[in-house]
Amino acid sequence: MRNICFYFQIHVPFQLKRYRFFEIGSDHYYYDDFQTTERLNSLVQHSYLIANRTISEMIRSSNGKFKCAFSISGITLELFEQYAPEMIDSFKELAATGSIEFLAEPYGHSLSSVFDADEFTCQVKMHSDKIQALFGKRPTTFFNAELIYSDEIGELVSKLGYKTMMIDEAKHIMGWKSPNYVYNHSYIPKLKLLVRNSKFSDDMAFRFKNLSLTAEKLVSWFSALPDGEHVINLGMGYEVFGITQPAYTGIFDFLKALPYHAMEQQMGFVLPSDVTKKAESAGGLSVPYPMSWVGNDKDLTPWTGNDLQQEALNKLYAVGERVRLCKDKALKLDWLILQSTDNFRYMSHKDPHGTNYETPYDAFMNYMNVLADFLERVEAQYPSTIDNEELNELLKTINHQEEEIERLENELSKPKLKTAKPDEKK
Amino acid sequence: MKALMFGWEFPPHILGGLGTASYGLTKGMSLQEDMSITFVIPKPHGDEDQSFLKIIGACNVPVVWKENSWDHVNNRIGNMMSPEEYFGLQNGIKYDYRRIHTNELGCIDFSGRYPDNLIEEISNYEAVASVLAHQVEFDIIHSHDWLTYPAGVFAKQISGKPLVIHVHATDFDRSRGQVNPTVYGIEKRGMDMADHIMTVSELTRQIVIEKYHQNPNKVTTVHNAVEPLPDVESFKKTPRKDKVVTFLGRITMQKGPEYFVEAAYRVLQKTKGVRFVMAGSGDMMHAMIDLAAKRGIADKFHFTGFLKGRQVHEMLAESDVYIMPSVSEPFGISPLEAMQVGTPSIISKQSGCAEILTHAIKTDYWDIDAMADAIYSIVKNPAMFNSLSKLGLEEVNNIKWYDAGMKVRRIYESVM
Repeated sequence: MRNICFYFQIHVPFQLKRYRFFEIGSDHYYYDDFQTTERLNSLVQHSYLIANRTISEMIRSSNGKFKCAFSISGITLELFEQYAPEMIDSFKELAATGSIEFLAEPYGHSLSSVFDADEFTCQVKMHSDKIQALFGKRPTTFFNAELIYSDEIGELVSKLGYKTMMIDEAKHIMGWKSPNYVYNHSYIPKLKLLVRNSKFSDDMAFRFKNLSLTAEKLVSWFSALPDGEHVINLGMGYEVFGITQPAYTGIFDFLKALPYHAMEQQMGFVLPSDVTKKAESAGGLSVPYPMSWVGNDKDLTPWTGNDLQQEALNKLYAVGERVRLCKDKALKLDWLILQSTDNFRYMSHKDPHGTNYETPYDAFMNYMNVLADFLERVEAQYPSTIDNEELNELLKTINHQEEEIERLENELSKPKLKTAKPDEKK
Repeated sequence: MKALMFGWEFPPHILGGLGTASYGLTKGMSLQEDMSITFVIPKPHGDEDQSFLKIIGACNVPVVWKENSWDHVNNRIGNMMSPEEYFGLQNGIKYDYRRIHTNELGCIDFSGRYPDNLIEEISNYEAVASVLAHQVEFDIIHSHDWLTYPAGVFAKQISGKPLVIHVHATDFDRSRGQVNPTVYGIEKRGMDMADHIMTVSELTRQIVIEKYHQNPNKVTTVHNAVEPLPDVESFKKTPRKDKVVTFLGRITMQKGPEYFVEAAYRVLQKTKGVRFVMAGSGDMMHAMIDLAAKRGIADKFHFTGFLKGRQVHEMLAESDVYIMPSVSEPFGISPLEAMQVGTPSIISKQSGCAEILTHAIKTDYWDIDAMADAIYSIVKNPAMFNSLSKLGLEEVNNIKWYDAGMKVRRIYESVM
């Protein structure tokens, strides 16, 4: 039986406000709340809520046979909690049906998987905790920000206990291979890879209107695939419903009609974690260099392709270890938001997708001003004259001082006979 | 195809951007094989590069018939025009210009600059045009800037050949809106009479359409380009402790120098190790010295006076940032020259060259905060400097006069 595996990505970036260099050191609030919430509201009103309602109805009318997965970044969940709590409620309802799976990703929708493995581990754990706290279940499948993947990243993810991971279909990786099978990591066979069918996914996401795509047509394409190709992975941004493809194109009706036509052709829907439980792997995929799901080349150049982006990323990740030693909550939140991939995408000369800046240089200037202030705050917490190891020791001493005091006090209160001979005790 | 061009300046003796643009454009057009250009200027110095076009000095064209011997003519103007040509042009004298003061050759003395009696000089230029129109062979007339419009119009009326005019600037740019009615009159008449109007930017095109009421179909933008520097390698940045931010141009209202001083003040409040240079001269120079002193930044703010020739490129190359906060700039070639020597540029959005540059920072001329921010970013972030420098150089090397010349050619063909 052929199965369709749907997954949707939700990430709403925080927009940085216009931050001039003379504000460095005096203004520590970096965000343009109006712009951020404006974008958020538009997404929630025109896309997310309607799509959630549609999916909830689909699950009900198909007796739970329709299934799909969501990957929501941690900072977006925080935005929802703060500005659109109805989204959280809506997802909780969906989660209660059991037909929904939440995927794991780095909390800050960051490039940490490429630049800072410790940070990556940290963020993945944070995100897992957040999902557990909100929806009562820990994710078991991993969806990296921008679907970035390499053998190395796969190894990291596997070490964190994940058994399934999403990757994109890229010509230089797949060659003649079909994405419609389950694959595995090149040298860790227990990590299964689900390859996004980029043709069908993009047909739906970007060419829906031009192709005048109908559910019937799409399903007929699926059934025309060779036998044995048993899983079709369709992954896309959730804003496809209502924003990329506005409601008037009929995208919601299309979605609603999908289960009916699929079932008519004996196709089912599966969750990513279930696919890999049932299916055997068709072989390993070797990905020596990181790839992503953006552009024709499916590489990292949209975020790291030019000198500006490299500079910003280097400056940012140089303080990773420091920030992780910090306890300041506000600082840590800023740290996560500043890592969001969008910040770097806006600096791209060739593809600054979603930018509000006039030029990539403008984006860079603004970001670097914010970053300069942020770095000053990190510096103020722990001066850079002390190196990390020394700092770690000092922090250990400080954090354990209460236990130490208690221990010493205990000693003091012991019989005087003993205190008279302190030398012996040692 | 033979073009008769009327200009006012030609390198190496130039006073502004007009001469540079005239040179670049004609040189670019001379690459078209069947193109021959006769370029008229009021007063050549004899050291102009004539390898790709023919230059006629209006001061050597007889407008009044006077008897002279071959030797005398040869002695007087032989270095710039052959006596045969002089005698040939005498046949083109069809009107009585004895009211104009002429020398013993029957020629008018031109200053070739921008003197107080400019209007008189413009009409004298018209008289010269009438002689040339009768005697020189050409298929099209091309007038550069308002000073030469009357000459072009007269030549058109005499010869019946089509006239295109090239708007390098309008009086709205020069005066921040305080237009001189006489100048406006000359400009408007030239535009009305022209078969086609070329502007150096979309910005200027809009002014021509809106303020001079021209039919948009008759107005086409031909962006300027920049001549490659032959000795670009010889310009080096000497290593120094302080970063240098440079303003270079006439210190006049049009160029927005006060915004530069204010931006400098903002940068210096926050940063050490940056110096500001205002190169050039102009009627606002003293006011700017006062302003810098008033803001208390005079120790970091330097004036060089007027620079010319090689000094200009040296200054640009020594700078870490070039800034052009022009209030209204029809095109503005100097940012391109800065980029040629690898210096990042900050330009105002009110500059025509902003339309074709990607790897330059663009701000509104009044937005001193944005300007200060951009300066700060370039001097503080090596990545920013390197990106702008490297990609800017690539970009500017691809802006070629040949392409501009081809565009002009297509316009010629459309009106013939």
